[in-house]
This record gives sequence, C-alpha cells and structure tokens, in this order.
Amino acid sequence: MANTDFRLSSLSGLKIHKSAQALVQWNLIAAFATLAVGGLMALLVLLTRWPSVHLLPLDYYYRFLTLHGIDALLAWIIFFEIALVHFTSAVILGTRSYISWLGWVAFALMLIGGGLINTIVILGRADVMFTSYVPLKGDPMYYLGVILFAVGALIGFIHFFINIVLSKRDGGYKKSLPLGSFGLAAASIIGILTLLHGAGIFLPTFLWSLDILPTIDPSAYRLVFWGLGHSSQQINVCAMVAVWYMTSAFVVGGKPVNEKLSRTAFVLYILFINLASEHHLLVDPVLSNWHKVVNTSYMMHLAVLASMIHAFAIPASMEVALRKQGHTRGLFEWLKKAPWGNPAFSGVVISIVLFGFLGGITGVIFGTEQFSIIRHNTFAITGHFHGTVVAGTTIAFMAFTYLLIPYIFNKEIIWKGFASVQPWLYGVGVATLSIGMMSAGSFGVPRRHYDITFSGAPFSFTFDPAIDMFMSMMGVGGVLAVLGGVLYIVIAFGSIIFGKKIEQQ
Amino acid sequence: MAIHEPERIWWNPLSKDERIWVAVALIWMLVSFIFMPIYHVVGSQNPPSTTYAVSADDFDKLVQNMIDKRKVGEENGFPVVHPDPSEPVFVKASMWQWYPILELEKGKTYDVHLSSMDILHGFSLQPVNMNIMALPGYDYVMKLTPTSTGEFHIVCNEYCGVGHHTMVGKMYVK
Repeated sequence: MANTDFRLSSLSGLKIHKSAQALVQWNLIAAFATLAVGGLMALLVLLTRWPSVHLLPLDYYYRFLTLHGIDALLAWIIFFEIALVHFTSAVILGTRSYISWLGWVAFALMLIGGGLINTIVILGRADVMFTSYVPLKGDPMYYLGVILFAVGALIGFIHFFINIVLSKRDGGYKKSLPLGSFGLAAASIIGILTLLHGAGIFLPTFLWSLDILPTIDPSAYRLVFWGLGHSSQQINVCAMVAVWYMTSAFVVGGKPVNEKLSRTAFVLYILFINLASEHHLLVDPVLSNWHKVVNTSYMMHLAVLASMIHAFAIPASMEVALRKQGHTRGLFEWLKKAPWGNPAFSGVVISIVLFGFLGGITGVIFGTEQFSIIRHNTFAITGHFHGTVVAGTTIAFMAFTYLLIPYIFNKEIIWKGFASVQPWLYGVGVATLSIGMMSAGSFGVPRRHYDITFSGAPFSFTFDPAIDMFMSMMGVGGVLAVLGGVLYIVIAFGSIIFGKKIEQQ
Repeated sequence: MAIHEPERIWWNPLSKDERIWVAVALIWMLVSFIFMPIYHVVGSQNPPSTTYAVSADDFDKLVQNMIDKRKVGEENGFPVVHPDPSEPVFVKASMWQWYPILELEKGKTYDVHLSSMDILHGFSLQPVNMNIMALPGYDYVMKLTPTSTGEFHIVCNEYCGVGHHTMVGKMYVK
C-alpha cells in the first residue's frame, strides 16, 4: 500500500485514502443532485396540494408525486447512506475502501436504476406512486429500475462488511469499531435484510408486469413491500443516529457517555424494528388482528426504547463535552455557549428535536391498532413521515454535509452566513409543513389526492373549513423548506466547485 | 469519541442518571406494549378482522342481489338501498365509484362487506374519519352501528389512478 494514496485532513485529523475519498465524493454528488430533483418535485406537488394555488394539471400531479417519492425518499437518502458507508468503514478507520471497483459497480447500478426510474416516470409510463401497489401496473422498466437501484444499494451495504473485515487486518481498529461505524454496521445489516425483501417483491412484480406471472396477490404484495418500505426507514434511523453521534464528536468533541448503552440501543434497532412494519396493514383485510397486534405492539416499543436511549445519550455527550470546555456555570451555560452558529451542530440539534417530537411520537401513536383506523392513509401519515425522514434524517444529513465538504472535498463552505441559517430555515419550514399536514389529516383529508374539493365527483363533499388554515400552514411551511433546500443545494455544489481549497498538511 | 475506537473495555456499568432514564423509558414502553393488547380486548375500537376471499364477479353478483331486493330510490344514477340489519350489506369499490348508496338506521348493527373490483381503494368515511382498505379478491367485513343520523360521504384515500379525486360515495343514516 503506497502511502502517497493517503492524505491527512488538517481539520478533522482523518487519514483519508484516495479510493474512499472518491467513492464518498461521487455518492454525495449523486445525493445532492437527486435531492435537487426531489426538491423541485416537492415544490410542484406542494403548490398543487395547497388548495389556493392548485398548480399542476391532473396527470402531472401524480407523476411528479411518484418522482418526489423516488428521488427524495429513495435516491437522495440511499446515495448519502452509501457515502456514509465508505466514510465510516474506511475514512474514520484510516484505511482504504477495499475492492473499490465493487463500490463503483454499486454506484453505477444505483445511477442507472435511478435514471431509468426517473425517465420512465417522466415519460408518463408509471404513475404508480412510490408504493406501486399491485394490481396497479406500471411499465416493466419501472420495476427493473427499482431492482437495479436496490441491487446497487445492496452491494453498497455489503461493501461495509468487506471494508471492516479487511480494515481490521490492516490495523484500522483493534477490537471494536468506533461508535459511528457501529451505527452504520447496524444500518447495513438492516439495509441488507430490507433489500432482500425488496428483491422478494419486486422480482415477481417485474415478471408480472411482463405478463410472465399471471397475478400477484395484492395483500401479499403489501405485506412484503412494507418489509422493504418501512424497514428501509430504519436504515435511515440508524444512519441518522450515527450521524448525530459523529457530529457531536467532530464539532464539540463529544464522547458517548456509555458505549455499552449506545451500542445496545443500536442492537435493539436491528432486532426489533425490522419486524414492526405491520402498522401499515392494521386496517387491511387478510391478516388476523392478533398477528398485527403482536407485530406492532410488542416489536415496535422495544425499538422505540432504543430511540429513547439515543435521545438521552447524544445530548448527554454534548453536555459533557461542552462542560469540559469550561462552560460549567449553572445548569444551562453549556447549552447557551454551544456552537449554534455552526450549521453542522445546529442542524443535528434541530434534527434530534424534530425527529423525536414530530416524527417519533406521531409514529408511535399512529402505529397503534386503535388509532390507525382514524389516521390510515390520511394526510396525517404524510405529516408523520415528513417529521421522520425530512425533519429527522434529511436535516441530519444536511448538517453532516457541512463537515463532509471540508473533510472529504477539502473545500471550505461558501456563504458561511447563509449556511448557518440554512438548517433553521429548513427546520422551521418542515416542522410547519408537517404540523399542517397532521392537523389537516385529523379532519380526514386524504394523502396522495389531487383535489380535496372533489371537482367532477358524483356527490359533493366539503371538509371542515378548519382545514383551510392547516393546508395553508403546509403551503407556507413547504415554501420555507424549499427555500432552505435550495440554499443547501447551492451551498453544497457552490462549495465543491468554488469553495476555497483547504491547505494540505 | 464516536469516531475513534473505544477503550479496550467498554462494557461498563451505567451511571445513576442513565439507569433512571432507561428505567423510566422501559416502564413507559412496557405500559404502551401491554396497553394496546389490553385495549384490544376491553376496548371497542378495533379494526375489523373478518375476511373472506371473493372473486370480483361473485362480489358483484352479491351487490346486485342486494340492490334488486332492497332498492328504495336513486340518486345521480346510483341506486339507494335500505338493507335489513339481519342481512349482509355490500359496498363495492371500483374505478372510480363507491356503489351503491346505503341507507342505514341509527342504532342497528350491520355487517358491511367491502371489496374492490379492480385495484386498491381506501374506504374513508367522512366526516367521522374512519378508514379501512378495500382490496381486490378479498371481502373485508366490518360491524357497523351508526350512532348519529345524517348524510355521510365515502372518500377514496388510496391512490387509484387519474379519477381518484372524483371517487366520492354517499351513505345515509336515518
């Protein structure tokens, strides 16, 4: 191994190998690009659902909503996670990304798959939504795109284990992985299980769309699809929590107060969260109530326990670190003196608070058997997952970007002032959007719906007028979030292209 | 630090603060964990659980039989049916209508059978906001006892193609 392939990042003290650097960089660039597309779709869909604007024509609404789900939920987040796979299994261990061609194969498959899905959906050949419930049929190429993307992601997550095994041989670590890597190990395990569910359902669906298989049972599809669809959100949770810990370490020097506790919590995620995806099926026919109750009640709460543990351990690590820096007066001096101007820090704090209070709590509530019936498929569900994957995962990843660009791209962040308000703008926007959606949903407003005034329907129905305020809340919050998102994309690409180069050591 | 390998021995006992937090969280979760099944038994808010497999044709015939027997009127081309509580009641979802219009009586308990003729639909009864899924090939039976009179609407809340937003049905309780 030639030492010239390594460089020392002066800001982070990380020893970065060329192979890992390139893989992290390109996965990040793909993530930024897909978020830009997903965000544009978000704006168009938002301005259609906001009744006082109602922008798009009918066909385009469902088309762009499908694309919004694919790009903002699937592509942006998974590309970022594969970047994190290489960051945690190579960069922070100070070793290389082994068999780097495999990383590029994964990247290429994800790129081709993602490109294929985007093309087919834009051509209007698969207005099937992110969930593509059978027997609603899209173009076979749509399913092929999903399969290619998923196989790429699967290889990406497998790469994590190749890296850590070989890194140990080369002395990257002696006995235990750093906690950040451990979190991504949990994410990768869940990722592999999840993507196998994906293969289990998308391969037959692909064959069905080619008329090779006669039928797919719609109920079985929903069961296995949510093995992919919900469990994959737990990859996001693990990766997000790992990002919380790592940001605390990089920015304030936070040390996990008890490694045993934090690691046990990650193991709880692996064991229980994968099994608890039947809350999507609580008001479905076929499965018995007890089947659903055991799955959602028993399994879910042990995973929630893990989140409760992280919710304690991460702020605690920040507090301990900041107190060590001398901010010891009173109960809260450490909180006042925390680096709030640093978008990496403020972004992670916003992510923790919003994920817990908006996404987490509503998830636990809506996932109970007795509540599901008054929330299922309403706009409240959309509000819930914008609280988790957007206000939680996306903001955490945005925050971490402000560290990855200097560390990995070796460029300074441009527009520091704008960057320091970006997480606040985005956070306030998404929180408002999410609360607006949840409130409108509690009045029965459906999700994925072109026109809640039901023009052209045989019977006229009007929702409680209170929803006007909540739909406007969603609209205003959404526009703020889009502004924050545009700022993020401009800063990310701007820094990579025009940012001042950081002096090498 | 989360970015460095921990000390050789990291399986250390928890501090007092951590023990208290974990204990409180665990108790809270255990309460949530047992309360949902308990409420399943003692409460009366459970989603329906009776299911049959049924073909679209057979279900369509059942709907038609009920209409032939119990039709009391017509509205916008939709038959209005006043079923007897002793007989099963059928509601059919298809692209893009809820068929027929039911006229139920307050305080009587009905077995309402729900199925889809084509793709997935979402039965969303407004303004009470009660939501259950209609799947093709499956008959989902809910016990329904109307507790207030008036006019109700059934909105579709599972995406079912370009006509999705026009899929509105009606139900009366007398």
